[in-house]
Amino acid sequence: MNQVPLLSVHDLKTYFYLEQNRIAKAVDGVSFTVSPGETVAIVGESGSGKSITALSIMKLIEKPGKIVEGSIHLEEKVISSLSSKQMTKLRGNEIAMVFQEPMTALNPVYTVGNQITEMIRKHRKLDKKQAQIEAINLLKIVGISRAEDVVNDYPHQLSGGMRQRVMIAMAISCNPKLLIADEPTTALDVTIQAQILDLMVEMKERYHMALLLITHDLGIVSEYADRVVVMYGGQVVEEAPTKQLLRTTKHPYTKGLLESLPNLKEDVDRLGTIKGTVPPAYALPNGCRFYDRCPLAMEKCKEANPELYQVNTSHTVRCYLHEKEEIE
Amino acid sequence: MTTTLPQAATKEALLDVHHIKKYFPIKGGIFRRTIGHLKAVDDVSFSVYKGETLGIVGESGSGKSTLGRVILKLMDPTEGEIYFNGNEISKLKQREVRPYRRDMQMVFQDPFGSLNSKMSVAELIEEPLVVQTSLSKQERKHKAIEIMEKVGLRADDRMKYPHEFSGGQRQRISIARALIIHPQFVICDEPVSALDVSIQAQVLNLMKDLQDDLSLTYLFIAHDLSVVKHISDRIAVMYLGRIVEIAPKKALYDNALHPYTQGLLASIPVIETEETGTKREKVRITGDLPSPVSPPSGCPFRTRCPMAHERCSVDRPELTMVGDDEHYVACHLYT
Repeated sequence: MNQVPLLSVHDLKTYFYLEQNRIAKAVDGVSFTVSPGETVAIVGESGSGKSITALSIMKLIEKPGKIVEGSIHLEEKVISSLSSKQMTKLRGNEIAMVFQEPMTALNPVYTVGNQITEMIRKHRKLDKKQAQIEAINLLKIVGISRAEDVVNDYPHQLSGGMRQRVMIAMAISCNPKLLIADEPTTALDVTIQAQILDLMVEMKERYHMALLLITHDLGIVSEYADRVVVMYGGQVVEEAPTKQLLRTTKHPYTKGLLESLPNLKEDVDRLGTIKGTVPPAYALPNGCRFYDRCPLAMEKCKEANPELYQVNTSHTVRCYLHEKEEIE
Repeated sequence: MTTTLPQAATKEALLDVHHIKKYFPIKGGIFRRTIGHLKAVDDVSFSVYKGETLGIVGESGSGKSTLGRVILKLMDPTEGEIYFNGNEISKLKQREVRPYRRDMQMVFQDPFGSLNSKMSVAELIEEPLVVQTSLSKQERKHKAIEIMEKVGLRADDRMKYPHEFSGGQRQRISIARALIIHPQFVICDEPVSALDVSIQAQVLNLMKDLQDDLSLTYLFIAHDLSVVKHISDRIAVMYLGRIVEIAPKKALYDNALHPYTQGLLASIPVIETEETGTKREKVRITGDLPSPVSPPSGCPFRTRCPMAHERCSVDRPELTMVGDDEHYVACHLYT
C-alpha cells in the first residue's frame, strides 16, 4: 500500500526500570505502520511486548515504565510529543482502545448509560438528553437488542460478550480513525468471540476505521488481519501480508508457533514444539533473542542480533537465514 | 422415551456415569430458604473405556468442570450413579472413597492455584505418597525423582518452590503429582488453557506420551475444540449441563449433527493459507448462554438454535444413536 500511513510507529522503545537496577526492555525498537482502513495484527506470546506496544501508542505507560525512544505519528500529528492534556483529547476522539477484560475497563458503580454519555459529552457538544439518545443508538448499532433497558444496567448485570459490546459502543462513539483492540476476545467463549470479532469488522467498515488487533491467536489473525507483525522478545521478528506470512513463513519462531497449534482439519500424532520458554525482558540474550530456542541456530546468531531483512517488497524477517534474500 | 447409553459391548468401560445430576441450591429471602436450583449438570450419562481419552468440550457454564469434580467425588452428585471399574462409588462416604483416589487423579487448570506455594516441589510431588502409601522417606524420594524425570523436570530442582517455575513447568509438577501413585484414570480440567501455544504443545505431547507409557485413561475437559480434538479418541459436547452430542472425534468433526456442535465448529478461527479472496460465510450462534437457573424448557439450545421448531420447546430430546459408529445426538432433527 502506497498511501500515507494512518499510524506509524518508528523505533519505539519502552523500558521498565525494576528493582536492583534491572531494566526490562518490554518493547525494544519496534517499527510498523497501519494504513487507513487496514487491519493489522500484532501477534506474539505472553512477554513478547505486544500489549506494551499498544499501551505505548495510547501513552498509557505508567511508572516504572517509560517510553525511552522512538516516535509515533498519527497522520501528521506526532503523538509521542503530545502533552498529557492533548493526549486525553486525542484518546477516544481519534484513537480508541478495547481491552481484554471489559469488567476492569468499565466502572462498576456507574450504569452503562452514564459511562457512554460521559464519553460522548467529553468529546462532542451534546446535552444530557441528546447524549442519552445517542448512547441508546450506539448500543443498538453494536447489536444490543434491549438497548433501552441495558442503558440503565450496571456492568455486572451484563454477560462478558455484552460488556465487550458496550466497550465497542464507547470506542466508536466519537468516530475514531484507529481502533486498537488488545486481546478483545480472549476472556470470551468461542461462540461469543466470533460474534464480537464479526462486530468489530462490521464497525470498522461502517466507520472507516483502521484496526490494530493485538492477539496471541493465529487463527484470528488468519481470518481477520490484512497484515501481520510477529513479535518476540520485545522486537518485530517477521512482518508480511497475512496470507503471505502463513504460506511462506520465514522466521523459525513463526514456523514453530504455527506447527505447535493443534489443527482441526488434519490429525497429527505429535505437535511441533518450541523448546524452552520466552526469555524475561530484563535478561535478554545479546545475540538473536530466539537463539536458545531456535532449532536452526548458528554460531553467529549467538554473537549479534540480526537486523530486519527486507526479503520482498512487503515481507521482512529478522533472521540470518534470510540475510542473503534481502532486496535493495 | 428410552435413554440409550453410549456403550459398546466390545469395549471395557473403566468409568460409567448414569444419569448424573448436580444441582446447587440458590438461597434467598430473609430466612435464606432455597428459592431455586442452579442445574450445573442435568442428567448426564456416558462411559469412558479403558485406555481411551474422552474429551468433554463446552463453553463456560456448560457444567463440564462440575462434572469432573462430581466424578472425582470432590462433590456429591444430587442424583445418579458413578461406577468405577464396576464398583458404585457415588454413594460412598469421603473416607470410603480414599482407596479409589489412588486410581483416580486430577490435573487442574491453574498451576498457580492448585500448588501450595509454601511447599517445595519434592513435598508437593511426594504428598500423594504420604497420604496413600506407607513408603519410607527414601522410597518416596526415589519415586519422586523417577516421575520428575518422566515429566521432563530436572531432579536437581526438587528443593525449589512453585513460583520459581514457568507456567508450563508448573503444569508438569501438577502432572507429576497426579501420576506418582500410578492411577489408572486421570481427569484433566483445562490443563493447558493457561499456557502459551508453544508451551501448550509441549504439555499436550507429554500427556500423550505418558498415556502410552503408563496405559492411562483420560477424561479431558476443555473449552478449546482444537486441543480436545488433538488429544481425544471420542468427544462429548456439553451445553447447559447436558451432553448434546457424543461421538468418535472423526465423526464429530467430519459430520457434526447437533446445531450447537456445528455452530461451535464454525466459530473457531482457522488458519487459511489459500488466497481465496472471499471470506466464507459462516453460521454463527447468536445470543448468549441462557441462565442455568432457569434453563429453557425442552431442548436447552432451542433459544439460540437456527433450526428450532415447536417440538423443541416441549420435548426434551434424549441422546439417541444416529447411524452406527457410536455417534449419539440429542436433537429432534434426528428422531
